[in-house]
Amino acid sequence: MARATYIEAIRQAQMEEMQRDARVFIMGEDIVCNVFGTTTGFTEMFGKERVRDTPISENGFIGASAGAAMVGMRPIVDVTISSFLYPAMDQIMSIIAKSRYIYGGQAMLPLVIRSCLFYGNSNAAQHSDRPYSMFMNVPGLKIIVPSDARDMKGLLKAAIRDDDPVLCFEDSTCWSSKADLPDDPDFLIPLGQGEVKREGTDLSIIAVAGGVPIALKAAQRLAKEGISVEVIDPRTLVPFDREIILKSVRKTGRAITVDPAHESCSVASEISATIVENAFDALRGPVLRVTTPDTHLPFSPAIEKALYPSVERIVAAVYRLVGADRLIAEQGTN
Amino acid sequence: MTYLGNDRSLEKYRRMVRIREFEAVAEAIHAAGEVPGSLHTYTGQEATGVGACIALRNDDYMVGNHRSHGHPIAKGAKLGPLMAELLGKVTGVCKGKGGSMHLSDFSVGSLGETSIVGSGIPVAAGAALGAKLQGTDRVALCFFGDGATNEGAFHEGLNLAAVWKLPAIFLCENNGYAVSTPTSEAVSVPDIADRGKAYGMPSAIVDGQDIDAVEAAVTEAVERARTGGGPTLIEAKTYRFAEHAVNMGRVLRDRGVEVDTWRERDPIHLYRAKLIGDGVAVGTLDGIEQEAKDAVQSALSFARESDYPEQLAAFDDVFVDRLPIPAYLTN
Repeated sequence: MARATYIEAIRQAQMEEMQRDARVFIMGEDIVCNVFGTTTGFTEMFGKERVRDTPISENGFIGASAGAAMVGMRPIVDVTISSFLYPAMDQIMSIIAKSRYIYGGQAMLPLVIRSCLFYGNSNAAQHSDRPYSMFMNVPGLKIIVPSDARDMKGLLKAAIRDDDPVLCFEDSTCWSSKADLPDDPDFLIPLGQGEVKREGTDLSIIAVAGGVPIALKAAQRLAKEGISVEVIDPRTLVPFDREIILKSVRKTGRAITVDPAHESCSVASEISATIVENAFDALRGPVLRVTTPDTHLPFSPAIEKALYPSVERIVAAVYRLVGADRLIAEQGTN
Repeated sequence: MTYLGNDRSLEKYRRMVRIREFEAVAEAIHAAGEVPGSLHTYTGQEATGVGACIALRNDDYMVGNHRSHGHPIAKGAKLGPLMAELLGKVTGVCKGKGGSMHLSDFSVGSLGETSIVGSGIPVAAGAALGAKLQGTDRVALCFFGDGATNEGAFHEGLNLAAVWKLPAIFLCENNGYAVSTPTSEAVSVPDIADRGKAYGMPSAIVDGQDIDAVEAAVTEAVERARTGGGPTLIEAKTYRFAEHAVNMGRVLRDRGVEVDTWRERDPIHLYRAKLIGDGVAVGTLDGIEQEAKDAVQSALSFARESDYPEQLAAFDDVFVDRLPIPAYLTN
């Protein structure tokens, strides 16, 4: 067990699975030169047949991953930035998501499409997307959104071993965060299992991707004020661990969802609806969403940062939910 | 049965007439309301499909498109599960999940008959990549229409296959029309084969009504692919004798003499005449036609007698594991 970054976790997961299974190979744009550090040393270890630079041709090589998977390979496709998934929507939505179904189970598509959520750093609207919730809206795609290095390693390894297509969204705001990474080559985190990242009793924050570390910071600050916040990370969006969320909300009676994506039809919205439909009786107030407003992300740092979920916005939402109770309690003691 | 010609020639004839007969019955039962959804028939293009598939090995891969009935029959699929699929039955080749546009039989090497125009092309490139990485000498052949060559997927798939020298054959069935739009109004070059040059890829134009010509061109491309020579683009000039899809109403074109001219070049009639010229007995060919009629009728009986899928089957095969069933369906 050694402490390492989120990026290093991606590298280790890929390396271990490529060592374990000769059917696993990786292709994508500029992976031989290793722009982000997730394929360091790979060409030396595995050769250029299994570590393939592609043309800038996302629909072509993402579609090719489907064909290779159908004939028994297990491709990892590195699409670098998630906005580059859009040119390949044809292959992702019509081929990868639907081939197993439309051919009555004859096709198997064990492939992983990795891309990062490249927001928060003045890359302007076209490069800053967090599009995972769009892909939740079509059946047939499993989706992981790891929020720390340990989850990244375990989930990505599980994704590579999974027999269904998996989209892996890598939050660039988490790239340098560190965790202890197990050395066990069979360290896996099963898809579809959320995790309680911090236990608490007053309120549940259900956060995804880069929203999780921010929620944990907010929880830390609120603890000093005597507010006990539970932080839940679903980790996988498809399949989705509803139970861990509902259990927490039934315990605390209050829920806030934190999601760096745009608000409309976001994961935050989906979680809110799930809570309201299934745990309404337990709620002591509205379910609040802390998300990115439905505007584009501007280039200028002066106006970009305030649009994302932040500790301050989460704390304000928490005050809105517990504030009234606290006021009454405080008045009662006077 | 004793064949006078060689078995391969008669097998080519047999597969073509099976397609023709399958389509005739499919149209009839569609008209009678027995087939849900749309129907895109392959009639007229039989020599292209069969000529291409006969040049492949059983373990070679094939990807097709929405005009999907001909390809699996050309590659040797059983007719019963194809017909059952048209009726949406659980015994259908896709268990009733795909229907007329997706008659894909993986047991004969198919990797899909995809109904989004051009979308099979990157898949075929990927299958060829997989075959190459596995160290096999399998090849992947992709059928697509003239319309698909204007899609980005065509450009990206061909470029990828060429740059990686993949064992792929891209077979354009140019039937003259993308739904209603003539190829001449939609394609920027006189021949689609010209587009091979853009990818540094060998290409060929072939008479799609002449099964021997198609077979020869594909055989050459397959040989090149198997021996590491990379992909080939083949344009087969052919014609569909029916509309883009059955019952397209006002989309019907006034093609007049054009249809008659092409019908004179009916691929089955042409090949029948050739075989007779080669000394095959008329009775042998009639026998094959009767055999096809019987096989299609038997497929139809099988399809009609089969059950529809259970409602909960709608939740199978989204993933390897069945999806959770919504409460309203379990109560």
